[in-house]
Order: sequence, then structure tokens, then C-alpha cells
Amino acid sequence: MYALLSVKQFFRDLRSQKLRTFMTMFGILWGTVSIILLMAFGTGMQEFQQKRFKGLGENICIFWPGVTSKPWNGLPRGRHIRFVSEDATRIREMYPVIKHISPEFPRSNVMLKSHKNNLTAQVIGVWPEFHKMRNIIPAAGGRFINDKDMEKKRRTIFIGDRLAEQLFAGEDPVGQTLQVRGAPFVVVGVMVSKDQNSSYGGRDNRNAYIASETFLTMFSRRYPNNMVIQSTNDNNIQEAIDSFKSYMAAKYNFDPTDTETLGTWDVTEGFKFITNFFVAFRMFLLCIGCLTLVTAGIGVTNIMNVVLEERTKEIGIKMALGAKKRTIMSQFMFETVLLTCIGGSIGFIIAYAIVMVFPLLNLTEHIGTPTIHVFESVMTISILGIVAFLSGFFPARRASNMEPVKALKLF
Amino acid sequence: MIEMTGIRKAYQTGKITFEALRGVDISIKENEYIAIVGPSGSGKSTLMNLMGCLDKPTGGEFYLDTERVETLSPNQLADIRNRKVGFVFQAFNLLPYATAYENVELPLLYAGLSGKERKARVTELLNRVGLGDKMANKPTEMSGGEMQRVAIARALANKPKLILADEPTGNLDTKSGRAIVEIFNDLWKDGHTIVIITHDMHIAKRCQRIIRLKDGLLDTGNEEEEQEQSLKVA
Repeated sequence: MYALLSVKQFFRDLRSQKLRTFMTMFGILWGTVSIILLMAFGTGMQEFQQKRFKGLGENICIFWPGVTSKPWNGLPRGRHIRFVSEDATRIREMYPVIKHISPEFPRSNVMLKSHKNNLTAQVIGVWPEFHKMRNIIPAAGGRFINDKDMEKKRRTIFIGDRLAEQLFAGEDPVGQTLQVRGAPFVVVGVMVSKDQNSSYGGRDNRNAYIASETFLTMFSRRYPNNMVIQSTNDNNIQEAIDSFKSYMAAKYNFDPTDTETLGTWDVTEGFKFITNFFVAFRMFLLCIGCLTLVTAGIGVTNIMNVVLEERTKEIGIKMALGAKKRTIMSQFMFETVLLTCIGGSIGFIIAYAIVMVFPLLNLTEHIGTPTIHVFESVMTISILGIVAFLSGFFPARRASNMEPVKALKLF
Repeated sequence: MIEMTGIRKAYQTGKITFEALRGVDISIKENEYIAIVGPSGSGKSTLMNLMGCLDKPTGGEFYLDTERVETLSPNQLADIRNRKVGFVFQAFNLLPYATAYENVELPLLYAGLSGKERKARVTELLNRVGLGDKMANKPTEMSGGEMQRVAIARALANKPKLILADEPTGNLDTKSGRAIVEIFNDLWKDGHTIVIITHDMHIAKRCQRIIRLKDGLLDTGNEEEEQEQSLKVA
């Protein structure tokens, strides 16, 4: 019943002071919308960047040959070190921490000719497990290069989706013939489109992949340009890298501490950097959102102080009738919390609506899809709760500490 | 009921101290009907505030129903105001957004009565003051006399022994004022202790006893002369 009276009074104030109440609620609403949207867009951007980063591959490291920079075992610096496919076979046998490994034999500007079009592109000779490391997923109805292709040196080819579009213009390329530098190859698969924000030697969607054994027969190459490895999980990538390097150092007789001998790109470092950057970025956004809410909270406090001035006599009447301190305090707290709850709820609804509608604007391919996670919601509700409590507490305490006779203005 | 000895009350306004009561001794027994009269600034309202535990004296001893008031905490004082004292103000002091029913119900809510008990008590009280048909009316929908009757019903909510009325007819026309005075007479006959502050000597004369204040002290001067002066003022 008392709560009902408080609600009545709240709505009476709301009616009599429409603009003031609206401005106060708007502050809370705006703060809530800001904090949720900042967090949602921050999360969306983080997930978008992480996904694009994962387009290159997860838990992978790419090596390329280099030149020794330190003398070792009586050998001078400046020796060129190059690895061979057999090294990959041996490494896979020796180190279980390395889940997948593949040499890469790229050849750029290779003439490709379909019955519809011809163009030049990069053709890469790889092992079958290459696509697992590099998140190259065959579209339905197709496949990547397999062990039989390797074994029999088949003329099979897997092409990127962009390349498929250019060569076959909407037709399904699987099963069709594609001439690679004049030699007929059968297209066995097309890559599913993927986000990718980093690469070496061009984006995967513009490349064509053939079995490394087939590649060697066509292009007479012995040394791969790169070697890609993937660790069994994201915690042991360093162990996998160390294993690879120690093998190479032992076999090719160079100082294992010589960082110049093998070019190394630990892709997980970039992923960690992106993750850490976005954690910091989201914290920054959270702080901005919090400050907006705190500013709104100060507005609520000011309003409640004005309300307190206006209701001084009413407080006096209630005290004269026997209202205790906690009763007066709870009334003011109740009103502040109600004001914050209404403003916050509307803010939540608006923020959710924006997040729901945003994907329709076709901007997600540039900045990702804003996502509201439970964490953000709980965080916002908690901050709102704290703001509501603090902004109501001080005016409420002031009200409850009034002397009845002064509140009634009877002296 | 009320024992006041050497009661003083001083107010501080900046560097100026104003002593509203300067050592007042008053004893009021249960079921007495008292009028407090005196010119403006004589300390009448201050005395009533102290009697109603709205304020604490700065000196002297005050016992209300055997309880030493100066030693009580704010919450204990709130309890006394809720259960032992009923206030009737000149300006009615009703909550403007609440109905007559809700206004009368408020002290019962503070006392922690159940919904059923509250309903029965509010209905009984509003019927008693002749407003049984206006329970759902808000103060703005009532006349001055009706508002004062709601205030009286509210003052009686928790069956207090002591009713304090500060110029209860001050804002009313003669007819409504007379009706309010009749209600106070009935309450006195029912066993309540009534203390009325008034300028109106007609009302004061209907009381059992008149306490006169002047300059913060009990005025023990020529009562007849005072009464004549008050009558002229009234």
C-alpha cells in the first residue's frame, strides 16, 4: 500500500514536472544506450577482427628460408638455408605437438583458362592438410586436394571463390576442366567465402591450389617457399615452433638461437595482440559509457535534491504522523530506483532495437555485427544499480535526517 | 499525561539566538481539555511542537505519559507521534495526491496494521466525521471544513490519548469552525486529552482550562483583562 502511494506520488511528479522528469530519465536512457551500444559495437568489432584474423588460420606459424647471421661449428655466417618437403615429413613423424604441416610451392602469374574466361593467378602446390591449417573450407559438392592426388600426381585443382567467379562466371566449376599453363586440370572444389584480413602472397580467394607432387612435375622446383605448421592447441604453439627450429638447426647445422636463419611468422602473436587490444578498447568504451551514466546519475541526484526541497513539507507531515527515518529514506530511494529503472529499461529497449536493426544497414562487412553479450547486460545493470543507489542515497539520507518541525516549517 | 518543568527552547539563526520558551512549567492530566492562548510570538506553537514530540526542548524536563522525551531517539519519538499523539493543523496538512481514505490510512500503515484492520479503521473514522461518502475524494475536491475533518480522522487513526490542534478553525468559516469544535468536544467526552492552540476566546472558553503564554513564559497576570483583550482580537 505504501509502495502504491509512492508510485502514485512518482507519477504525480512525473505529470506535474514533465520536462524535468523527462530530462532526468533521458540522461539515464542516454547513458544506458551509450554504454550498451559502445560495448555491443566493441564486441562486434572484436569478433569481426578475430574472425578475419582466423581466416588466415588458427594456431599456425609460417616459416621461410633465410641466411645465417652467426658463425656456427666452424661454418661462416651468410649461408643460405633452404628446406625441402622431406623435412616436413620427418618433422610430422618426430613431433606430436605439430598437428599439421605443409610445404608451400607458390607460382605467380600462371595462365588459367576455362571455357569461359582466361586470366593469370597464383597457383600453389600444397599438401592435403594445408586447407585445415588455413581455414580453407570446400563448398558443398567439392573437396580439397587429397592423398590420392598427391600419390598419383593427379591434375586436380582447388580454386578460391573469387577466382571461380572470374573463371566460370556463376557456373559450378566442380568437375569442369581448367587449363593450367596449357595442361588440363579438373576442378575438384571451390573455397567457401571467408573473411581474411592478413595474408602472404595474396588472398586465398584469388589463389588456386594443386597437389605439391603435381606442382613439382610441372614447375621443376625442389625448394618450397614456405612451410606452415599448426600446433595441437593454442597453448603449445611455442613448443611447436621450437621443435621445428631445433630440427632445422640440427639438420642444416646452424645456431638454433640465430633468429635470422629462418623467417618466422607466429600468427597467434597477432591474434593475441588483437585480442588484448580489443580487451583494452572495450574497457575504454566501458569507461566512457560508465562516465556517461555517472553524469546522468549526478543529474538524478540534482533532481532528487530539487524534489526534496519541494517535498519538505510533505516529509514533515509524514514524520508528524509517525514515519520513521527508514520510511522516508526508502521512499526517496524507491523513487530514484524507479526513475532509473524506467530510464534504463527504455534505454535497454532502444539499444537492443538498434543492435537488431543494424545488420539490415549492410555495414557489418566493414565494422562487424554489434553483439550484446550477457556480460555487457549484467555489467550495465550493475552500473545502473550503483548509479541509482548512489544518486538516490544522498538526497534520501538528507530527507530522512530532517527535523520534523523544520520540515513542517512550524518554527 | 504531560509534565513539563522549566522547559526552554532556543532557536539559532546565524549568530542570533532566539529563545521561544524561557522556562515553562505545565502539567496536563489525562482527559483534560486545554486551550493555549497568547499573542503571536508568545511561544504557543513551539510549546505544541514540544508536546507533540516534533521537537526537543533545549532545557528542562518533559515527561509524556511517564516517558522522558529528551532522552528518546528520533525513531522512538516517531513511534510516540504515531501512537500517542494526533495532530490537527490549521493548514490541514493533507497529502494532496492522496485520497481522504489514503490520508487517514497513512498513520495506520506506519503502525504496521494489516490491510483488513486498516480498512475497518479508516471506514469507521471517516464515517464518524461524516465523510463516509467522500473516501475517494482528494483534498482538492473537498471544502476546508471537510479537509479539516479528514485531518481529525487521521489524527484519531491510532487511537492516541493526546490530540494537539493548532488553530484548527483558523482557515474555516464560522459554520465549519463550529462543527469542528463540536467534534473536539465529543472527542474529549470520549476520553481524549485535547490541547488546542487558539486565538479565538470563544473556543478557549469552552475548554476546561486556559494556559496563557507571553514572551515565552506562562502568563499569570490579570486573566480577566487578558480574556477581554483576546475577545477583542477575536
